[in-house]
Order: sequence, then structure tokens, then C-alpha cells
Amino acid sequence: MAPLPDWTAAAPAILLGLTAIALLIIDSISPRSKNRNLLAGTTLVGTLAALAAAVGLLVTGTGTNGGVAIYGGQIVVDGMSLFFTIIFTSVAALVTLASYDYLAGETEQAEYYALVMLATTGMAMMASAGSLALVFVSFELLSLPSYALVAFLKDNRGSVEASLKYLLVGALSSAILLYGISLIYGVTGGLSFETIAANIQNSGLTGMLGIGVLMVLGGFAFKTASVPFHFWAPEAYEGAPGPISAFLSSASKAAGFVVAFRVFTVAFGLDIVSSVDWVLAFQVLAIVTMTLGNFAAATQDNVKRMLAYSSVGQAGYVLIGLAALGGGQDALVLGMSMTHLLVYGFMNTGAFLFIALAEHWDIGRTFADYNGLGSQAPIACAAMSVFMLSLAGIPLGGGFLSKYFLFGAAVGAGFWWLAAIAIVNSVLSLYYYLRVVRAMWFEESNGDRTIEGYPLGLYTAVIAAAVVTVLLIPAFNFVADPAVDAAAALF
Amino acid sequence: MIIELLLAFCLIGAVVVFVLPDEYAPVGALTASLFPLVTSFVMWFGFDGSGNAFLEGGQLAYETMVQWISLGPYAINWHVGVDGISMPLVVLATVLTTLAILTAWTPIDERRSQFYGLMLLLEAGLLGVFVALDFFAWLVFWEVVLVPMYMLIGVWGGPRRKYAAVKFFVYTNLATLVMFLGFMALVFGLGDSVSTLDMPAITQAIRAGELGSLAGIAPGTIKSVAFVAMFAGFAVKVPIVPVHTWLPDAHVEAPTPASVMLAGALLKMGTYALLRFNFTMLPDVAADFAPFIALLAVVSVIYGAMLALAQQDLKRIVAYSSISSMGFVILGLVAYTEYGLGGATFQMLSHGLLSGLLFACVGVIYNTTHTRMVGDMSGLADRMPVTTGMFVAGSFGYMGLPFMAGFMGEYFIFQGSFAADFAGSMVFTAVAMFGIVIVAGYFLYAMQRTLFGEYRLETDYTVGRAAVHDIVPLAVLVVLVIVLGTAPNIFFDMITDAVGPMLGGGL
Repeated sequence: MAPLPDWTAAAPAILLGLTAIALLIIDSISPRSKNRNLLAGTTLVGTLAALAAAVGLLVTGTGTNGGVAIYGGQIVVDGMSLFFTIIFTSVAALVTLASYDYLAGETEQAEYYALVMLATTGMAMMASAGSLALVFVSFELLSLPSYALVAFLKDNRGSVEASLKYLLVGALSSAILLYGISLIYGVTGGLSFETIAANIQNSGLTGMLGIGVLMVLGGFAFKTASVPFHFWAPEAYEGAPGPISAFLSSASKAAGFVVAFRVFTVAFGLDIVSSVDWVLAFQVLAIVTMTLGNFAAATQDNVKRMLAYSSVGQAGYVLIGLAALGGGQDALVLGMSMTHLLVYGFMNTGAFLFIALAEHWDIGRTFADYNGLGSQAPIACAAMSVFMLSLAGIPLGGGFLSKYFLFGAAVGAGFWWLAAIAIVNSVLSLYYYLRVVRAMWFEESNGDRTIEGYPLGLYTAVIAAAVVTVLLIPAFNFVADPAVDAAAALF
Repeated sequence: MIIELLLAFCLIGAVVVFVLPDEYAPVGALTASLFPLVTSFVMWFGFDGSGNAFLEGGQLAYETMVQWISLGPYAINWHVGVDGISMPLVVLATVLTTLAILTAWTPIDERRSQFYGLMLLLEAGLLGVFVALDFFAWLVFWEVVLVPMYMLIGVWGGPRRKYAAVKFFVYTNLATLVMFLGFMALVFGLGDSVSTLDMPAITQAIRAGELGSLAGIAPGTIKSVAFVAMFAGFAVKVPIVPVHTWLPDAHVEAPTPASVMLAGALLKMGTYALLRFNFTMLPDVAADFAPFIALLAVVSVIYGAMLALAQQDLKRIVAYSSISSMGFVILGLVAYTEYGLGGATFQMLSHGLLSGLLFACVGVIYNTTHTRMVGDMSGLADRMPVTTGMFVAGSFGYMGLPFMAGFMGEYFIFQGSFAADFAGSMVFTAVAMFGIVIVAGYFLYAMQRTLFGEYRLETDYTVGRAAVHDIVPLAVLVVLVIVLGTAPNIFFDMITDAVGPMLGGGL
């Protein structure tokens, strides 16, 4: 068989983009269609096709040997981009499945799914970006649909307000990112990572470079909901429709990380840039983010806000991947961050989808509203318990393994104090995660709540996420190995 | 593969029972628990391991070792197997689970399928702890045990169940963290000489003196610190005075079947881990700390018994008596002689059966009378003769009546600890032996006031004979206690085969 042309390496992103276009075509043929089967079905097929393509490319070894560079190096498909595309498409598939029920009766379904697909395309492109120009374009391709999706419930004040806040912070951070990119262009005279890495040593403009790097870092901090650009996250997650909260807090966050990983290891690699100590910046960022996120999560009364803040805390753990570089275990640390993001993609998406399920049942959002839910919907609550305990790092799900190895790799790299702070944070987080478990199982139900049926798509998505979360324990090696390989290819 | 089968039966059973409708759950759970029970008996009859799994030359039964995770310098294997120490405990766990499921039929009347599902998940965790030989897999199972027990106490427990459940979880989870740090110090101290978390490999490396210094700290200090951290972590699980306070709360609030599992099997995790980690890996440090540990053991025996003497709640009496009995196990371990180590392992088994029996008895009494207060009842023997008989049998076993399991365990332990090397071993043993007198005291006192004398009950319930399914688990346990007491060799031989090598030779 003749080898496939190079552009096929971008198949996942192309498939996602085509799905978005297909949805828009369907919408123009029959506008305001409420045919959920057709719209959700098309989206799901497109997403799964992209997932299959990404897995296929990864398994057949497209990502090895530095990957495939296409379009003049603008897009680089390597192990890391495929690994993250798998995360994005898995989350998108779960979200699509869940949206099937969530959107019942809505009139702008085609737009909704098309926006989700466009955002996912943006993520897939971010993962493969080979230059800062493409980073910025795909960054916006992800952000703009996200603003619209958060405001999707346009009769809901909370939703619109959240979107406005998200938009304002997003616009600001886009501007900061763009300014940072322009400074770096000014210093190095190039936008592709290769050029930047090649020219950075010769430039004497260290101060300008430093400001540029910090500004780029700020742009990523926004997308990953890291301190100090985190405060949009709880509002946006709370106001957004349930599946969209799941989408943003898992996939969109992972997209921010993949660019950060690539930019800071390839373009500003440690061995290239000795003048700007960005590892220190990430150490500060990691510690502040995890601590602030966890403490804020512990004081919430609203489950969705608690999860939002806890996802800020989880971002802090992932940042260890960049904060512990330079300790001689770079590939392992970064690979473990990637693995944690993958596990997190399932457990966190599942948790937010469970909340969407609770919203569907018209259960309130506070801890007290969840009282006694365990006796009424035991299987869904068992799934939620798996998510909570896995997020907290109790070995009922893959979250235990990924955290263990992430912290272990940090210790191995000599950053034991970073790991120690992370462990203390992790123990703290047990408190608020267990609050959900306690409310669901231990407390008596307060009043006349009835569970009317199980929405098929949403329920399936929650259970599927729980099953994958548990199965990630025995199958940990299957995801951790490619992650470490992919990370090793960057150094 | 039979060990994987054993664990798979529990896990699959747990899922199946969880989704069963409530009315089929008890029968379903009983059926599901028979699979691991039979499997464990098959393992026992085909058992041909000898030696200690952790020491060189130990021959394991049903060993499996496959690569699981390998990342950079870290390799984790799926390594399981049983030796003469773990085999009896595996049988104990499967037997107790089946019996505990039987004891649940009367008291558990809501959310049954969830209850039984959690019981089977608990069994999977317990079995995993006893068979895992890789630290990582072991830790996973160790932590998995916490979740179902937390739920069992918190959902189906008594009035203060939430407090007790959270206290249980926080205490034991924190203890795990402390233990984990201690063990990790050893692993990092070993450096490159061991590249896996394989517990036998680590044990052999430590005993071969391959522990290096870590960040400028001398190996000897690392050993001592690691020993203390691990001891502190496991002591909570045992529990040893003064970290025992979670136990009475957990026991009193837990539903009967959960109490049976907690006392019968879960506490054994602590002593099993002490034996495997502290005493097998670091025998020299254990010898240095011996008088201190023996003191803790004796305090646990006497103080636990005194506390039991002061209780008015029948369940609390049994709960505190566990502290006492587990103190004997610690004394046996620290003696570090053939009889001490073997007796300690045997006592784990015997205490598992006896405490399970007594908790089940208290459960039956409570189901019938709806009170556990000693002052509220008297003369139950007239109305509940069979249950009374079982309770008396269990108490006698606890007191160490000959031809019952408790006697053999305690006899071995005293025999061993009297001959121990450490300073003051005779005094410690003598004081601990006095504990038996107090044990006899509070059991006789409790029995006298509740079971015998004139019938009186300060509640509105009519008291009659317990149902057959309530009595069956009691009867089975009594039979097992007597069998073990009269023929300890059915387990003691394989135990001594396994503990002998720790002392550098057989018995």
C-alpha cells in the first residue's frame, strides 16, 4: 500500500471541521430543526471518527520521529498532539452524548453542535500548532465558540452574565497573548517554534523576551484557568449549560496546557533560554493555583462552584509538569501531567455531566439539595462517587495513579517540596469531594423529590465516563506509555 | 490465575448485586459470596507454599507476576501470591464475608442491594491486601477497603453514624499517609538497587543492607524514622492505645455485619502489615524498639480491658475487648520468637472468628430486644437459649478456655514472648497475662447481668428465639472456633513454615 499523503496526518482536525460544516449545511436545509437524532448523531459520528483517526495515527506510529510537519511547519502532528486530540474528542463525544437530552426542545441545536465542533477543531489545531500564529488563530477558534456556548441559555441571566465575564477576560487575555507574541516576534524575527528556538540565542534583547514570555504565559493561564486569570472560571462554569461546563473545564483546559507544554519546551526550551527563568514562574503559578483553588472549593455551598474551583486546583497539579522541568526527569514529569489531564478529562467531565443530570431532574445545586440522592438514583450516584473519590486521589479510579506518578515524578526530579505541597492540597481536597459523597449517601432526603426517568444520552455519558475512569487503573500503562513517549520527543 | 479469579468473583459479584433489585439482594449476595469462599477453600486445599514470601527462598503458592506499569525509573508489577501467613487470612476473610452477609438479613431492611454490593467490594479489598506482593497494588487495595467501610457505617449505622464514619475515614486515611511516607523513605533510600515496588525484593534488599543514605541522612536514621512512621500508620488500623479512639465509635455505630467485618477482618490488616513491613523488613530496628512496643502492647491489653469493664453498652464491651486482644497480637510480634510470631498470626485468625462471633451475637440480641444496654435487660437465657449459648461460647473463647481458638493463640503468644530476648520480656508477659483475668472479669460480669438471672427487659418488644438464618452464622463460627482450638495444626503448621525463616530457621 502506498503511504498516505502527509496531509492525512491532520485527519482528526479536518474531520472535526467537516462535521461542523456538515451541521451548518443541515441547518441551512432545514433551519431550526429539532431533529435531535440527526444533529446529535452527526456530531457523535464526526467526533468518534476523529477519535478513531487520532487513535489510529498514534497506534500506527505517525507521531514518532518528531512527527509529521505539514503546511510549511505550521502544523506538526506528533505523539503529543495526537494524545491530546484523543482527550478532546473523547470529552467532546461525552458532551455530545449528554447534550442530546439537555437540548430537548431547544431551537438552536444545530448551532450548538456546530459551535462545539468548531471549538473542538480549535483544540485539535492548538495541539498541533507549529507556530505562534497558528496558536493564536486556533486559540480564537476555540474561544469565540466558547463564549457563545456559555451564553447558550439566553433567557437565563446567569448564563448571559457568565458569558460576558468570560468574553471580557478572554478578550483581555487574547490581547495580552497577542502582544506577547508580537514581542517575541520582534526579538526573534520568526513565529514558528523552530525559528524562535534558533534565533533566540543570538538576540541580546533579554528584557523584551522576558516580558514576551510572561505575556504568553498569561494567555495560557487564562485558558487553563490558572491563577491569576482563573476568576472567570467559576462564573462561566456555573452559568453555562451543564455539558458546556464539562467541556470547558476538561477539554478547553487541556487545550491550554498542550500549547503551554509545546511552546515552553520547544520554542523556549530550558537549554535554549537561559536568561528567562520561566520554570520558577510556573512553580509559583502551580503552588498558588492549587492552594487557592482548593481553599476556595472548600468554602463553597454550591456543588457546581465547588467543582469549578476544584478544577482550578487540579490545574495546579498539572502545572507541576512544567514547574518540575530541569530535574533530569523531564519526559516523565511532562508525560505524567499529560496522563493526569487524560484521566481528569474523564473524571471531571463525568462529574459535571452528573450535575447536568441533576439539573435535568430539577434538583438544586447546593450540597443540601443532593441529600439522599443515593437511595433514589443509586447507579448514577455510584458513578459520581467514583468521580469524586478519583479526583480526590482515592484508588477507585485512575486519578489515584496519575496523581501518584505525577507527584512521584516531581519527587524524583528533586522537587520534593512541590510534591509535598501538592500532597497536602490533595488531602485537603478530600474534604470537599467527600461532602458530595456524604450528601448523596448519608443524609436523609429532604422532601418530595421524584426522579422522572433517566435521560438516555446523559445517563449513558455519565456511566461511560465512570467505567472509563475505573478501567484506567488496570489500563494505566496503555495511556501513560504513549504520553511519556510523546513528551520525550519534545526534548 | 486462581487469585485473580478470587478477586474477580468479589468484584463482579459486587457490581451484579449492586444493580439487583432489593428483594433479590440478600440471596444474590449470599450466592455471590460463595464463589470466593469456594475458591479460597480450593486454594487452601491445594496450598503448597512454604517459607516466607518476603524472604529469600520462600516458596509462594499461586504466584502471578506480570508487568503492569513501567514509567521511566518506576516499574510496577502485578505481583500476587500467598504464603503460610496470608493463606489463613484469605480463608478468614472469605468465611467472615459469607457469614456477615447472613447476619445482615434481619437488620438491613433498606437499600439492600447497595449494602451487599459494598460488602463484596470490601471483601475484594481485604483479599487484595492479603495477597498483593507489590506495594502499589497493595496500597490500592488498602485504600479501597476504606471506601465501602466508610459507606457501610455512614449509611446504615446508628444515630451518630456520620460522625463515626468521618472519624474512621480521617483517622485511617491520615495513618495511611504517614505509613506511605515512611515506606517511601525506604524505597528512595534503596536508590537504584531496587527498581520496582516489589515488597519481597525491597525486603530482601533492606535485609541485605543495601539501604544507602538519603539527602545526607544516615541509613540507620532512615530505618528508624521509617519504622516509626510505618508503625504509627499501622497502629491506627490495629488499633493500639492511644490511637484507638476511632474504633469504639466506628463499632458502636456500624451495623452488625459491618462490625463483624471490621473486627473480624479489617483490624487484621493492621497487624498483618506490621508483620510484613515493620517486623519482616526491619527486624533490627524492631529489636531496638522492642521494650517500647511491648509496653504499648501491654498498655493496650490492660487499658482496653479496663475500658471494656467500664462499659454499659454490650457492643462497646466487645469493641474494647478487641483492643485488648489485638494487644496480644502485638506482644507476639514483638517477641520475635517462633511461638511469638506464629502465635500472633494464629491469634489474628482466632480473634477474627471470636470477635465476629460476639458481634454477631450482640447483633442478634439487639435485633430481638432493640437495646444493647446491659442495665436494660437480664435473664435473656430463658427466652433466647441458643443465642445465649453462642454468646457464652464466644466469651469463653475470648477468655482463653482450652480447646477454643483463643486459648491456643494466647498460649502460643505467651510461650513466645516469655522467651523473648528484649529486656523485661518476662515482666511484660506477666502483666499482659493478667489482662486475661480482666477479660474474664468483664465477660462474666456482662453475661451475669444480661443473660442470667431473672428475665427482665425494659423495652416493649417481645423476646423470642432468633430466626434460623440469624443462628446459622453463630453456630458456624462456634464450630470453627472449637475446631481451631482443638486442631490448631490445620493452620499453625503452615504459619510456622512461613514465620520460621524470619528468625533464620524453621521451628
